[in-house]
Amino acid sequence: MTRTPLLEVDHLTMRFGGLIAVNDISFTAYDREITAIIGPNGAGKTTVFNCLTGFYNAPVGRLRLTGARGEFLLERMDGFRIAQKAGVARTFQNIRLFPRMTVLENLIVAQHNKLMAASGYTVAGLFGLRSYREAEREAIDLARSWLDRLGLTAQADWEAGNLPYGSQRRLEIARAMCTKPVLLCLDEPAAGLNPRESAELRELLTEIRDRHRIGVLLIEHDMSVVMGISDHIVVLDYGRLIADGTPAEVRSDPAVIRAYLGEEETDQIPPEVARDLRQEGRA
Amino acid sequence: MDVRALLKDAGLAAFVTFMLALPMIGFQTVDVSGGVGITVVTRFGDVAISVVLVFFGRLALSLLQQSNWRLPLLALSAGIALGLPLLKTQAHYPVITWLTVIASAVIAIRAAWLTFDVSGVVGRDESNRMGDAAAFVGRWFGPVFVVFALIFPFLPTTSRYVLDLGILVLTYVMLGWGLNVVVGLAGLLDLGYVAFYAVGAYSYAIIARDFGLTFWACLPLAGLFAAFFGVILGFPVLRLRGDYLAIVTLGFGEIIRIVLLNWTSFSGGPNGISGVPRPSFLGMPFHPNPPEGTTSFHQFFNIDFSAEHRIVFLYYLILVLALVTNFFTLRIRRLPIGRAWEALREDEIACRALGINPTNTKLTAFAIGAMFAGFAGAFFATRQGFISPESFSFIESAVILAIVVLGGMGSQIGVVLAAILLIGIPEFFRELAQFRMLAFGAAMVGIMIWRPRGLLAHRDPSIRLADSAGAGR
Ligand SMILES: Nc1ncnc2c1ncn2[C@@H]1O[C@H](COP(=O)(O)OP(=O)(O)OP(=O)(O)O)[C@@H](O)[C@H]1O
Ligand SMILES: [Mg+2]
Repeated sequence: MTRTPLLEVDHLTMRFGGLIAVNDISFTAYDREITAIIGPNGAGKTTVFNCLTGFYNAPVGRLRLTGARGEFLLERMDGFRIAQKAGVARTFQNIRLFPRMTVLENLIVAQHNKLMAASGYTVAGLFGLRSYREAEREAIDLARSWLDRLGLTAQADWEAGNLPYGSQRRLEIARAMCTKPVLLCLDEPAAGLNPRESAELRELLTEIRDRHRIGVLLIEHDMSVVMGISDHIVVLDYGRLIADGTPAEVRSDPAVIRAYLGEEETDQIPPEVARDLRQEGRA
Repeated sequence: MDVRALLKDAGLAAFVTFMLALPMIGFQTVDVSGGVGITVVTRFGDVAISVVLVFFGRLALSLLQQSNWRLPLLALSAGIALGLPLLKTQAHYPVITWLTVIASAVIAIRAAWLTFDVSGVVGRDESNRMGDAAAFVGRWFGPVFVVFALIFPFLPTTSRYVLDLGILVLTYVMLGWGLNVVVGLAGLLDLGYVAFYAVGAYSYAIIARDFGLTFWACLPLAGLFAAFFGVILGFPVLRLRGDYLAIVTLGFGEIIRIVLLNWTSFSGGPNGISGVPRPSFLGMPFHPNPPEGTTSFHQFFNIDFSAEHRIVFLYYLILVLALVTNFFTLRIRRLPIGRAWEALREDEIACRALGINPTNTKLTAFAIGAMFAGFAGAFFATRQGFISPESFSFIESAVILAIVVLGGMGSQIGVVLAAILLIGIPEFFRELAQFRMLAFGAAMVGIMIWRPRGLLAHRDPSIRLADSAGAGR
């Protein structure tokens, strides 16, 4: 299979005052692949996402997205246009649902731009024209297919804030998917999930890659998820890119082990041991 | 039950009352007859009565926590609330009598609430239960209110004064509904809403005076101008959030008022604009002797002239305007733009990540809210026949905002209840004289304690999977 580049990050740099949160990073994420971004806390992973989705304006660097909707230079676009026009959707490290709206409403709001056009920018919608009613029914169908997929159909009319934590995480992914993105960016989707839920998440993400055929950028600390499903891993440490390759390559990369275990450790530690050590440290 | 703790608690409440009542009730300044000065009259008796009332009221509220005290207290407080007015004591002690009646009524309601509360047994949390009650009120009281409002002018008990009060309440209901779009749905705290009301009133007055257009031609123009001002204000300020937005809108409201006050050649300055044209019914004026060439309302229907026709007409006019506002809001809530407003209130950052343009979305909320204020302003101008900047002071914005917040943000029926409570009830308690505002403040505090999220804090989903499955024709 030939790999088509989806997102090319070139010399991305982001500073906060004196702190260089992201330091001259370049990597490529490919279409229909899961690209994981890993690294210790404070490495600059979320900052990369924020630059990518227009929440920060990076002073240096180029972010070129070449997807089904065309070619876009993301660093020049407003935050909401990146999602609307270029088709980049994201989730947040701290869940950001609309807690007092229902589960179904969350998924419908995600289809805002399509519905807005169908409602004739509200005028046609006010008169309840058929074209709008049909668009709304399609939106509900899309939402329902995601609810069925996540097993949330029975809770469709609950307030989203009342869902259990794991379901909220999955709902946020479904909401991002309802925008029909070409690139899905997930910020620690497995955080706080139990082992069964994180196995389900792995399944969901491979399904998004293989059935919906889009690219996924994944920030994750849970190595069972990262190593299990990523096609390609990018490792950051103190804002710098220290490794870029397949899971197997990254796993045995001495620089990565050092970053996770500290300078004084040697690179003879086998990766499995390193992983266990790290997980113990977190527990 | 710890009797000493109860007594101590009630005693503390009584002490606080004493400290407050001594300066506020204990001394009254009275004009000396002949107008040579003022003297101080002491009213320590009233202070003592207040302290005793608070002591027993507080005791009763504490005892309500014990279930075996509830029924006796319910009987006692209901008896006082209903019986006291029969004793005719209000002739001598109007204030004390009324306050006692109100306090006993509150205790009786609280006791009844706790006594007949079955859902508490099932162990559901308080907010959920209130949500259900609010949903019930919303579903059944809406139509009842509309029917009542429709027949209200023809009820035998409706005097001219009461009808005028009804018009006033409905004006605030409409303003509350308009502001509800901005504050309740879009979550933008607007403290200068009255500015758009003023823009509507002045646009109507000036266009009608200088161009001779009729009320019906001016009404859309007034709404349009107000919406335009909403956009003008919105552009620079909508990137601010929360408190900052509130302060800037407050400033804008004051700017509009001060401009109207000082731009004498345009707005008449402090003298305002008088002789604002009155509305007509399909071109027929309400006038005993209509000008040459026009038929007046009473002539057309072949009835005797009565000044009340115009009042009734104005009543129905504001009722229709308010209902239009309501239906428009209910409808737009179910459209993408309405959902985007609510989503924006919930989480602006998530909205941006979903490709929703926050600026445009907020601007439409601002413009639509302003448009309804403009309509209400035009109505106000035609009803009063006279407008001046005095009618558009900050306190009006505060009252409208209070109606929205008190009603339960985003709740349409809540706005109606709150408008009746805030505008209508104070009129009925004129007997309390200078203590009217004190009682009003106490009622506000009570509501905020018992219904912190507003009278009817309940949100109806804009769409349900269950319904849409059934409607999937
Ligand atoms: N808005 C901001 N202002 C100032 N400093 C910031 C800001 N956002 C991030 N930083 C800093 O940039 C560095 C990188 O932060 P970032 O959130 O990208 O880390 P991360 O890799 O996502 O870490 P974690 O795994 O803990 O989520 C941190 O030192 C953080 O304190
Ligand atoms: Mg992070």
